[in-house]
Amino acid sequence: MRQVMLGVLCIAVLGCASGGARPARRPAPAPAPAAAPPAPSQAPAQTRASAESSSVDRAQYPSTYQRHPNPPVLIRNATILTAAGQEIPNGSILFRDGRIVAVGATVQAPPDAVVVDATGKFVTPGLIDDHSHLGVYAAPGTEAESDGNEATNPVTAEVWAEHSFWPQDPQIPLAIAGGITTIQALPGSANLIGGRSAILKLIPARTVQEMKFPGAHYGLKMACGENPKGVYRSRGPSTRMGNMAGYRSAFIQAEQYRQRWDKWRKDHQGDPPARDLRLESLAEVLRGNIFVQMHCYRADEMAQMMDLAHEFGFHIRSFHHAVESYKIADLLARENVSVSVWADWWGFKEEAMDGVQQNAALNQQAGGRPLIHSDSPSGIQRLNQEAGKAMNAGIRAGIPITRDQAIRWVTANPAWALGLDSIVGTLEPGKMADVVVWSGDPFSVYSKALQVYNDGWLVYDRNDPKHQPRTDFELGQVPAPGTDR
Amino acid sequence: MIAFLLAQTIAITGGTVYPVSGPKLEHATVLIQNGRVVAVGPNVTIPADATRIDATGKWVTPGFIDGGTQMGLVEIGRVGGTREMYLQGDTIAASFNVAEGINPASTLIPVTRMEGITTVLAAPQGHLISGQAVLIDLDGATIEQMLVKSPIGVVANFDENAKDEGGGSRAGVAERLRRVFNDALEYSRRRADYNRGAMQPLSASAADLEALLPVLRGQLPLIAVANRRSDIETVLRFGREFRLKVILAGAQEGWEIAEAIARAGVPVLVEPLDNIPSYDALGVRYENAAVLARAGVKVALLETDTHNARNLRQQAGNAVSYGMTWEQALRAVTLAPAEVFGVADRYGALDVGKVANVVVWSGDPFEFSTGVEHVIIRGREVPLRSRQTELLERYRQLPPKY
Repeated sequence: MRQVMLGVLCIAVLGCASGGARPARRPAPAPAPAAAPPAPSQAPAQTRASAESSSVDRAQYPSTYQRHPNPPVLIRNATILTAAGQEIPNGSILFRDGRIVAVGATVQAPPDAVVVDATGKFVTPGLIDDHSHLGVYAAPGTEAESDGNEATNPVTAEVWAEHSFWPQDPQIPLAIAGGITTIQALPGSANLIGGRSAILKLIPARTVQEMKFPGAHYGLKMACGENPKGVYRSRGPSTRMGNMAGYRSAFIQAEQYRQRWDKWRKDHQGDPPARDLRLESLAEVLRGNIFVQMHCYRADEMAQMMDLAHEFGFHIRSFHHAVESYKIADLLARENVSVSVWADWWGFKEEAMDGVQQNAALNQQAGGRPLIHSDSPSGIQRLNQEAGKAMNAGIRAGIPITRDQAIRWVTANPAWALGLDSIVGTLEPGKMADVVVWSGDPFSVYSKALQVYNDGWLVYDRNDPKHQPRTDFELGQVPAPGTDR
Repeated sequence: MIAFLLAQTIAITGGTVYPVSGPKLEHATVLIQNGRVVAVGPNVTIPADATRIDATGKWVTPGFIDGGTQMGLVEIGRVGGTREMYLQGDTIAASFNVAEGINPASTLIPVTRMEGITTVLAAPQGHLISGQAVLIDLDGATIEQMLVKSPIGVVANFDENAKDEGGGSRAGVAERLRRVFNDALEYSRRRADYNRGAMQPLSASAADLEALLPVLRGQLPLIAVANRRSDIETVLRFGREFRLKVILAGAQEGWEIAEAIARAGVPVLVEPLDNIPSYDALGVRYENAAVLARAGVKVALLETDTHNARNLRQQAGNAVSYGMTWEQALRAVTLAPAEVFGVADRYGALDVGKVANVVVWSGDPFEFSTGVEHVIIRGREVPLRSRQTELLERYRQLPPKY
């Protein structure tokens, strides 16, 4: 029992990061396009051809995601929380070929549809966790699986979480069973700039490329406060002002790098500039193609980080952890920065001392965009419960939070934080068919995900062992659910 | 002031009362006087001077007990100056009793008790033998006022974490603990020789060996942390070998040998939401608590994140989701821990004569929609205020008024 607690602390100390991604594009039909096209892909085709021998013009680790073929599904007689302002009692939802076709009080079933009677059950969009370290801090939690912090330099914008991600992490099926359909897997928070995040469909797969969310833009994980200044004490940064100088120096270089490349792309005079992976990521932030997702606890520091964003002309998509965001909820709402928070974590370090359970609710009340994240392989399995706790903490304190708002905290709002809100996060016709059937009200402690559909594919069924994916890691050493050794 | 408050009479009327020791009582009254429960039932005469709490439509239970915390022993996880649960440099720290490290002014205490957790185990951590755990009520200006019982047991570690001080091997852990236990017995038999310096050097200090004697006499429990099935079996073996009164803590793979644990009569402290596989327990799963309970093991549920000990409610609710009955789960956060820790004569149930730790809930205590309406500890109603409620009030309207 103690290791578990220390494990939580350990992740809270160093694992936690923030990153983000972004596209608000229409979902592409399979086969999917590469995730987050890097800057060079924006160059005209002609340029690509003329620089054929250069790495910069080739595909950069493209998504190979393919929708899993499946029959149409009609779920009937459910209470449907659409996360789009509507709650439909005794409602139906039909999806086909990975797309939601219809949601409403009465929906006709096509003859080839699998019909699921969900009387007494609830249906929500698939849950999205915009702060996970699944795959990069994989179970069983050994040194060999510790791939989340490239803690060798305070600025490592050149590293990509997907290059650490292990698809056989046994924590993945546990999260799927909790109704999670999309995650942002982030580097840790040891560094000022920790690297690119991976936006992933949470499905069983052999390679991370098969999981990469088609069209998703990368996030860039940044961290302020205690963690980076504690890791680099001897070489710096060793103070919060050192942290700030570190971000500014990095982005000043990135500005110049961006100018060099943009100029060369325009005029093609001379050799192309030398490629620098670190500055390439940062330049993409400046171009708005990569979203900054920043680990930050204290209110005063978040205000500093928004000044930093203004100085360099980028936008922070979400403050992660944001334990004190309720103190500046008005400023955050005005800046259109979302906050990715826990329901109730607090006290594990000084910058986490002022946690209150009404953090999400107070941000909602101020017109902001709160969302509940996990930063934990345990918490990700019950993001619905964490949202339920946060919703009820608000209600009991006299802050009126509706069930629709609270379901958005784990669906539509994280979709926005990842720039995927036009594709996932609500149950509306045309959206990707990421759908969860719950045994009851998802905000009840007693409710469990019964069925999880990811892009229309039944990836989990609590009552059918054929739909309970197990990782290679588990075979022959972790007893299967419901069985003995 | 405290004497006056203790003398107060409180009548909680009209609620659905869950005494835990017996079936629930509808429209019942719990009468509290001088810090004790003096009457429970539908027909209780209420003294004229009683403070009345109308609990109509509410649920009334004993205060919850969390047997898995470092309450009072940690304020801020990362600030060493606020951590008191670990004794440096002593592999066998049996004489280390954490009580005098407890901070009654800890901000965690009001945060925890206002959500219905009224009593917790404050336990030491680390080493082969961590020290002595104590049970405290979450009210009181001094350590003496908070203490329910000290010590509750001696904490020993048989899990992967213990290996560093066991020569890097599980067998080394067992060997060293066995040697210490044997040395303690030898020491008790040959105290005179020891004092004359006529004994070979022993494997622990006299103070630590002395502290182990009540454990070896079966008077004080050994709280044994083990998760892997084979480690749990080692604990059971030790229990038989030294005739110990064992409390098993962690027990993540306990479900695999639930019958053996039940046969040994060993109670278990379990965190229901443990399910991340590690090499210390690849078989860890949510159903653990339920399987153990079904086999007849006495199960007490834990929330081991001290700052969020309040989530014991959520742990219990999830234990129900994964197979415990609701009644088993309620018992596992009230009467069962009281029994495991040897205080069931005073704690864990709403019976006449018991210490009046009582919580009034707006509904099912395990549900998120349920709020805590009243918390009574030792017969005193404690305010539902904490540092967190003060922060909430300050920032409810922005900008705040400083």
